[in-house]
Amino acid sequence: MARLATDTADEVHVYEPHRAGIPPLVPYFRGLWTRREFAAEFSKSGIRAANTQTVFGQLWLVLNPLLLALVYYFLIAVLRGGDSGGLPRLANLTGGLFLFTFVSGSMSSGASSVTGGGRLIMNMNFPRLLMPFAAVRTAWFRFLPTLPVYVLLHLLSGAGWSWTMLLSVVFLGYAVIFAMGIAALLATLQVYFRDTSSFLPYFSRIWLYVSPILWAVHDTAGQFGTLMAVNRIVNPLYSIVGGWVELSLNGVMPSPTTWVMGAVWAVVMFVVGSLLFMSRERDFTVRL
Amino acid sequence: MDIAHSAQKPSPGEPPVVSVQDVSITYRTTFEKVPTLKSAIVRFGRGERAVHVVEALRGVSFDVTRGSSVGIIGANGAGKSTLMRAIAGVLPPSSGRVEVRGRISALLALGVGFNSALTGRENVILGGLASGLSRKEVVARAEEVAAFAEIGEFIDVPVRTYSSGMYQRLAFSVSVHMDPDILLIDEALSAGDASFKVKANAKMAELMKSARAMFLVSHSLNAVREMCDDALWIHKGKLMMHDTPDACIKAYTKFLEVGENAFTLEDL
Ligand SMILES: Nc1ncnc2c1ncn2[C@@H]1O[C@H](COP(=O)(O)OP(=O)(O)OP(=O)(O)O)[C@@H](O)[C@H]1O
Ligand SMILES: [Mg+2]
Repeated sequence: MARLATDTADEVHVYEPHRAGIPPLVPYFRGLWTRREFAAEFSKSGIRAANTQTVFGQLWLVLNPLLLALVYYFLIAVLRGGDSGGLPRLANLTGGLFLFTFVSGSMSSGASSVTGGGRLIMNMNFPRLLMPFAAVRTAWFRFLPTLPVYVLLHLLSGAGWSWTMLLSVVFLGYAVIFAMGIAALLATLQVYFRDTSSFLPYFSRIWLYVSPILWAVHDTAGQFGTLMAVNRIVNPLYSIVGGWVELSLNGVMPSPTTWVMGAVWAVVMFVVGSLLFMSRERDFTVRL
Repeated sequence: MDIAHSAQKPSPGEPPVVSVQDVSITYRTTFEKVPTLKSAIVRFGRGERAVHVVEALRGVSFDVTRGSSVGIIGANGAGKSTLMRAIAGVLPPSSGRVEVRGRISALLALGVGFNSALTGRENVILGGLASGLSRKEVVARAEEVAAFAEIGEFIDVPVRTYSSGMYQRLAFSVSVHMDPDILLIDEALSAGDASFKVKANAKMAELMKSARAMFLVSHSLNAVREMCDDALWIHKGKLMMHDTPDACIKAYTKFLEVGENAFTLEDL
């Protein structure tokens, strides 16, 4: 059993004071990749512990956004004096709302992923970026069961099918990358400003209203002029959710601006969020 | 139990296995007594934040050579666990420098990152994965860990239902099953029962043959005297003494102005 003194190649670790700065990226991401199973297992066991594996737990994941969609649906009907837009409107609403719930779920659980990491962060040494990423994985697995419901509503609404709809996967990809970035960003903010998570619900609510979820992109053609033009650029979810709904529900090819803005926002958020996180993460442990 | 005899010996001119150079660590915890939105807004307006600063270590320096087993003693809140975290690389020093030669399984540092809602097995597996082991290795380890801890079917029960002794058995057996070069054991045995203490002591002695160094934090002065050949006494974040276990213990107990017996009662 006894290892010879010479056979352990000297692995020297030097720990020095934290400097705000980005660690060498290649080794960092290699470490992240080798520990990807940790993120998966962390999210899985979190889901297990939250009892979402039970029948009602699963049902609730679907029911919650669906009920919310119904509430908004009736609200729109009332506001418009009875013209609710029928099932197509409901399908549009759920499609957008489900994806939005994925992003806002990633935001809220991402924000608390580090401060809630407690002993794991206190006692172990691993790339912390795994924590917000695991939160996104959890949100993703809460999103998946809602997809069949969306498909069902799609069928009921009588919308057609086409091959272009498959392209909507690209917008799901945008949403995932965007969610990873924003989860990392909020996790960092939460360490320094513990109020972040208490302001989040208000922020999410406003974001929901300005994104093409309760209203469809094609409704607003020509309305609100510059305001909508600005929204289109500065609101990442305008492109990401808008493109997803246009493609997945209507099989309409989104405009090139939507494709480009969606990709730009996903990449920018991912890069900014993860770099900010990485530059500060060595400081997290003393601030928990 | 004389561990020093079976331990590795430093070769001449070899650099220390662990070198802690003028290390200070300051915790900055933000907390709110009443976490309301209102208080948040009021504070936000004044631009101040409730930050609680604790200087847990202040200018600590020491070197440890190959084959040493170092006992760390000191009162509650002295900074012992903080020092272990610094050696494990979990807490970056606020100033100073820590050099470690060899693999530290950070997992073993202070038990697993115990999430009390998860089962013992899930905790062990998560900890292993976080420290970079593959899934296959981790599952096999979890089996060994459970067997050594002898907590039976409780390994598959949420950790929050454990007694403190069971918790420490699990933590200890995790720490000794990760084949580290440098063994960090914090507070392993204070709640373990007599039979487990015997088993654990035997295991530590066995590990010292393969480990390069061992750090043992313990409030049981007898354990430090028996297991260690070097000792550190920390008080309020300062290193008071680095000497043989006997000398440190003597000074420490004298410092406390309490008879040594008062502390050794808990021992067997
Ligand atoms: N996560 C933390 N955030 C803020 N302060 C902390 C944190 N952990 C420890 N401290 C503070 O740092 C100091 C040293 O704590 P540490 O846990 O190192 O003590 P210890 O010597 O291990 O004590 P014990 O014998 O009780 O285990 C204490 O004053 C404690 O309040
Ligand atoms: Mg301690």
